[in-house]
Amino acid sequence: MSKTETKKVKKTAASYKPGSLRYIWYKLRHTPTAVIGMCFVVTLFILSFASPYFLIDERSGQPMWQYIDMRNMNALPSAEHLFGCDEIGRDILARVLYGARYTMSIGIFSTTVSLLFGMLLGSIAGYFGGHVDNFIMRCLDVFQAFPGILLAITISATLGPGFEKIIISLGISGIPGYARMMRANILSIRGSEYAEAALSINCPTSRIIAKHIIPNAMSPLIVQTAMGIAASGLMASSLSFLGFGVQAPTPEWGSMLASARNFIRNYPHLCLFPGIFIMLTVISYNLIGDTVRDALDPKLKD
Amino acid sequence: MLRFIGRRLLQMIPILLVVAVIIFTLMELVPGDPVRIMLGDFATEAQVEEERERLGLNRPFLERFWEFIKGAVQLDFGVSYITKTSVSDELIERFPRTLKLALLSICVSALFGIPIGILCAIKANKLPDRIALVLTLLCNSMPSFWLALLLVLLFSVNLNWLPSGGIGGAQYYVLPVISSSIGSIAGIARQTRASMLEVIRADYITTAKSKGLSQKAVILKHALGNALIPIITVIGGQFSFLMGGTTIVESVYSFPGLGLYIISGINNRDYPIVRGGVLYIAFTFSFIMLLIDIIYAFVDPRIRSQYSGKKKKKSKEAEAAA
Repeated sequence: MSKTETKKVKKTAASYKPGSLRYIWYKLRHTPTAVIGMCFVVTLFILSFASPYFLIDERSGQPMWQYIDMRNMNALPSAEHLFGCDEIGRDILARVLYGARYTMSIGIFSTTVSLLFGMLLGSIAGYFGGHVDNFIMRCLDVFQAFPGILLAITISATLGPGFEKIIISLGISGIPGYARMMRANILSIRGSEYAEAALSINCPTSRIIAKHIIPNAMSPLIVQTAMGIAASGLMASSLSFLGFGVQAPTPEWGSMLASARNFIRNYPHLCLFPGIFIMLTVISYNLIGDTVRDALDPKLKD
Repeated sequence: MLRFIGRRLLQMIPILLVVAVIIFTLMELVPGDPVRIMLGDFATEAQVEEERERLGLNRPFLERFWEFIKGAVQLDFGVSYITKTSVSDELIERFPRTLKLALLSICVSALFGIPIGILCAIKANKLPDRIALVLTLLCNSMPSFWLALLLVLLFSVNLNWLPSGGIGGAQYYVLPVISSSIGSIAGIARQTRASMLEVIRADYITTAKSKGLSQKAVILKHALGNALIPIITVIGGQFSFLMGGTTIVESVYSFPGLGLYIISGINNRDYPIVRGGVLYIAFTFSFIMLLIDIIYAFVDPRIRSQYSGKKKKKSKEAEAAA
C-alpha cells in the first residue's frame, strides 16, 4: 500500500472488496489492537537484530548477550542490567532481545511450511478424489493419531537439535490440519452454485480454478494461518524448554527458561523476563490473528 | 450407531499399526546409540558389542520390528534398556495418572470455560465481556510451562502451601491441573462465546423469548443446546491437546506420568519406552476422537438420525469432510 495512493482519495473499508488481501491490510491498519501487536512484533524484531551492535560490553567489546561476567552472577535487576543477569553473569535484557528472533521467526516459518504442504496435499486430495484422496486422507489420519506436540517432539528428536530442524518438525506436525481444511473447502466449492454457474457459461477450467476455487478456498486458511503462528511460536518455546529444538547457549526464550528453572528457589527473576516476552509475542500474534479473522469471517463479529 | 462404532474401532487397527511402524522407524533414525549411553564413554568396543547382542539390537530391522509387533499385540512392550524393568508394568502404573490429570484438567476447563463464554455472550461488548476477552487472550498466550514455574514459585516456594512436584495425595494434582487447564479455559470460553452469539440471533430464540420464557430457560435450553456442537469440538480438541500437553506440565512438576516417561525414553534412547508410551497415547487419542463423534450423536438429533436411517452414504460423506 503506497502512501501516494492513500493521499489521493480517502479510502474507507467499503472501497475494498471484502475478503481481499487489501481489505485485510486496511483492517489491520485501522484496528488499534492489531496496530499495537504489529508495532510490538516489528520493534522487537528490529531490536533483536540491532541489539548486538549497541548492547556491547565496554571493557571487552563483546556483545552483551554472550559476555560472561562472573561478578554479576544472578545479579538482580539494576540500572546497569535492567533485567538482571543470569546464572553465569550474562545480561538478561540483551539475551532476551537477541533471542527474540528465534521464537518470533519459528512461528512464522513453521506455519508457512505447514500451510504450503497442507494446501498442496489438500488440493490434490480435493481435486482428484477417489483413491488418491483416500490414500492421502488415511496418511493424515495416522499423523493425527499423535497429539501435535508429541509428534513434534518425536520428529525433532529424530532430526536432532537446531533452528531449521525445529521449523521442519513443527511444520510437519501442522500439515494435517491445513490439508484437511483445504480439501474440505475445495469439496464444498466444487459443489457450490457459483462454480456451477461459471461452468455453465463456458468458463474454462483453469479460470474456474484461478478465479473461483482458490480465492474462496483461501480465506479460512488465512484465518487458520494467522491464528496458527501464535500457537506454533508457543509450541516452539515449549519444545526448547523440554530440551529439543534450539538449545543453550543460544538465548532462545524457552531454553533460557529451562536453565533458569534450576535457580527458581533463590533467583526467581531469571524465570520472569523470558516468560513475559514469550507471552507478549504470542499476544501480539494473537491480536493480529484475531483482526485477520474478523476481517475474513464477519460472522464472528458483532 | 453400533455399526458405526464397530467400524470406527476396526479402522483404529490399521492406524495404530502404521503408527507403530512410524514410531519404530523414527526411533531407529534417532541419532545416538542406547548402548553407548547405557555403558558410558569408557566402555570398550567389545563390551558394547556384547550388550548389543544381549539386547538383540544387532538383529535385522524387520526381525526386531516383527518381535515388537508380536509383543505389542499382547500389550507387552519389552524391557527398558536402562532400568531393566518391564515397560508394560510401568505404563500401566503411569497411564492412569496422566489420564487423571488430563480428565481433571478438561473438567475444570469446561466447568469454567462454558459459563464464562455464556456470560460473555449475554453481556456481549459490555464491561464483563471486555474484561473476560482480555483475560482469555492473556491465558491463551501464556506458555503453560512458564505458568507452571510461576505457580511453583508462588505456592510452593513462597507460600509453602502445595508440593512443587512428585506424586502423592490430591494436593499433588492441584498445580498441574491449574497450569494445564488455564489455556483450555480460554479456548473453550472463546468458542462458547462465538457460537452462542451466532445462535442467539436465530429466529427460534426470538420466538422462545416472545413466548415469555425466562432468560435462564432461553439461554440454557434453547441457545446452549444448539450452540453445543462447536463447543464439543473444541473440548475434544483441547482434551487431545492436553494428553500431549501434559508432557510439558509433567516435566515441570516431575509428575511421574506417561509424558515424562516418554521424554526420558527419548533422551536416553530407551526405545521400548518410547514405542510403548506413544502407542498408548495414540490409542487413547483415537479413542477420544471416537467418543467425541458418539457425543455429537447424543447432543444433536440431526447427526443421530444419520446413523440410524438408511442414509449411510451421507454420513460417510459427512465423516470424510470432517
